[in-house]
Amino acid sequence: MAYEGVFDALGLRAWCDAAGDNAPLSMADLLASTGAENGGGGVPFPSLDVLHEACPQIAQTRDVTAALEDGFLAMRPELKLVLDPVTQPLSWMLDSALWFFTSVPWWVLLPALIYLAWAVSRSRGVTLFVALSFLGLGVIDHLEVALETLSIIFVCTSISVVLGVPIGIAMSRSKAVQRGILPVLDLLQTLPTFVYLIPLIFLFSVTESKLYGIAIILYAIVPVIRLTDLGIRLVDRDVIEAADAFGMSQRQKLWKVQLPLALPNIMAGVNQTIMMSLAMVVIASLVSAPGLGVLVLRGIRNLELGVGLVAGIGIVLLAVILDRTSKAALARVDRAGKAE
Amino acid sequence: MSMPKIALRGLYKIFGPDDAAMMAHIRAGMGKTELLEQHKHVLGLQDISVDMQPGEITVVMGLSGSGKSTLIRHLNRLIEPTAGEILLDGEDVTALGPDALRQLRQKRMSMVFQKFALLPHRTVLQNAATALEVQGVDRPTREAEAQKWLKRVGLDGYEGRYPAQLSGGMQQRVGIARALTSNADIMLMDEAFSALDPLIRTDMQNLLLELQVELQKTIVFITHDLDEALKLADHLVILKDGAVVQQGEPQGILLAPADPYIEDFVRDINRARVLRVRSVMEPVQDRSCAGDVDPDDTLEALIARSGGETSLCYRVVKNGEILGQIDMRDLVRALVPRGVTGTH
Ligand SMILES: Nc1ncnc2c1ncn2[C@@H]1O[C@H](COP(=O)(O)OP(=O)(O)O)[C@@H](O)[C@H]1O
Ligand SMILES: [Mg+2]
Repeated sequence: MAYEGVFDALGLRAWCDAAGDNAPLSMADLLASTGAENGGGGVPFPSLDVLHEACPQIAQTRDVTAALEDGFLAMRPELKLVLDPVTQPLSWMLDSALWFFTSVPWWVLLPALIYLAWAVSRSRGVTLFVALSFLGLGVIDHLEVALETLSIIFVCTSISVVLGVPIGIAMSRSKAVQRGILPVLDLLQTLPTFVYLIPLIFLFSVTESKLYGIAIILYAIVPVIRLTDLGIRLVDRDVIEAADAFGMSQRQKLWKVQLPLALPNIMAGVNQTIMMSLAMVVIASLVSAPGLGVLVLRGIRNLELGVGLVAGIGIVLLAVILDRTSKAALARVDRAGKAE
Repeated sequence: MSMPKIALRGLYKIFGPDDAAMMAHIRAGMGKTELLEQHKHVLGLQDISVDMQPGEITVVMGLSGSGKSTLIRHLNRLIEPTAGEILLDGEDVTALGPDALRQLRQKRMSMVFQKFALLPHRTVLQNAATALEVQGVDRPTREAEAQKWLKRVGLDGYEGRYPAQLSGGMQQRVGIARALTSNADIMLMDEAFSALDPLIRTDMQNLLLELQVELQKTIVFITHDLDEALKLADHLVILKDGAVVQQGEPQGILLAPADPYIEDFVRDINRARVLRVRSVMEPVQDRSCAGDVDPDDTLEALIARSGGETSLCYRVVKNGEILGQIDMRDLVRALVPRGVTGTH
């Protein structure tokens, strides 16, 4: 074969043969034995599998894959030892929210949710739209699954805000922190969502709700962090200087000046976080997140077009409800800030 | 003379990452341009020594970029000096720790800003009460105090408005009320009236002078406008490229500008309106005069009184005491800026 000569020339023949070729045939071997002369003009790309053939000491690609997996599995107990207790409350929260949203009678829960929409948006149109959407979902028997989805979004968004705002504040205060965190945020935002489900599945069992909770939070926390950082950095420098000139402490400055003036940006971040939670909760049905996503998944798997479509429409409705309500709240904050 | 309220002694400021090391070059005689070209550091202030007397308005004047804002921000250390001393009642401000510095900013110095810098999400009343709120004063007390000062600056009835609902002049009145509410005896004003329309600006200057008669604060006032400087200043400091080119009593600077930069500044001023009799008068001579004048009268007033007759002279009298006399010929001569020669 093409590369045997190379190892001979390097004087590595004895070392190569010491391993003995006792590995079972790989797919590449099989292919090589049938159609090796196709393409490449007789010189195949020097991949691990091809080199392995020339010199058995070289590892095959599947060995690399296996080694990675073994390494990960070996680390797993230690990782779990740390991560399990830290993330356990997330499971509890998700489970109790789910229990709450599915056990409180609808004639209590729906008015409460509609009132909540009113309280944050103060807009009649939005509130009416929310009420009609819930009615529609109820009529087509999708209310319960929609509420399951909503419960997950509530929990994940709340946690994203509780964690994200302080992280954003820390970034706004220090260039070093910002430089450290920005690449992580970029990574979280550019990774296709499927990709980080993989390590999570290794770490946690699919029966634990924190598995999808973590996936959703990792994905959805990014905008609230970014916009908190940006919002605080954008606060008028003159106003900050005035705060300093009147002898405000760091904490007074944060609570009396920076956070109030950054609030419109932070709210814009929360709006995006909510929308991203919704997007992710659908994908997370792959790893046993309950809700509308499960029905979409069933539609895809079993080619049940109707089921998938109706669930899809339900998701669109939820999306519009959440977006309108949070945007209305944002507009209200914006107006108050400008005080026109 | 009494002890100055604020004294700056050999103050230097160099902007850049390695400012302390640059001091060696400056002390060795390097100038602003070379420092920028060879070491990429900006010389902001050089060797500033100024005494600011209690109860006086010290005006710092200079063109844009001359270092006025940098200078005033050293007094409450919004900017840290590279070298030199800042003495407040004889105590070195540069030695204060963070807590003492915050105390100083809360209780002893307040500041008024060119762009007002009010908190947009708070009402006029809450804005005016900021200083006391920072000090931890309870709400009824601080709002009563803020109310009092708002009324004093003519904003009675606007307490519940938001800054964006007010005109620029009114916003700056809030800015002044906010500074006065802190009860600090030093007030720093960085181009406080520069963003306002001319008529409003005159109103605000008058308001400040009125308040000053009553309150006797030590005021440091920054401006790039000579008319404003002459109207307000007890002590005038002229800054150029971060250095003091001349300082003293404004009338003295007007009559004897120390360098061409200042001559340029004072050339276009209406001297008759600004100069006072006391700055031009001479010792008493044997000459019968046409009447008595007050030393603080402007030359303009005297010209009006004499009907333009240049052969007259007047006795300068204050509280029955004869201080000197003023010859109309000297007066006319004083109206011509130095450096203008009669070669047409
Ligand atoms: N943070 C800074 N870094 C570098 N240069 C500065 C900085 N702040 C001010 N300067 C420079 O110092 C000089 C004086 O600025 P400033 O005090 O704002 O002038 P003024 O208020 O008289 O217009 C200017 O040349 C300006 O570019
Ligand atoms: Mg300035």
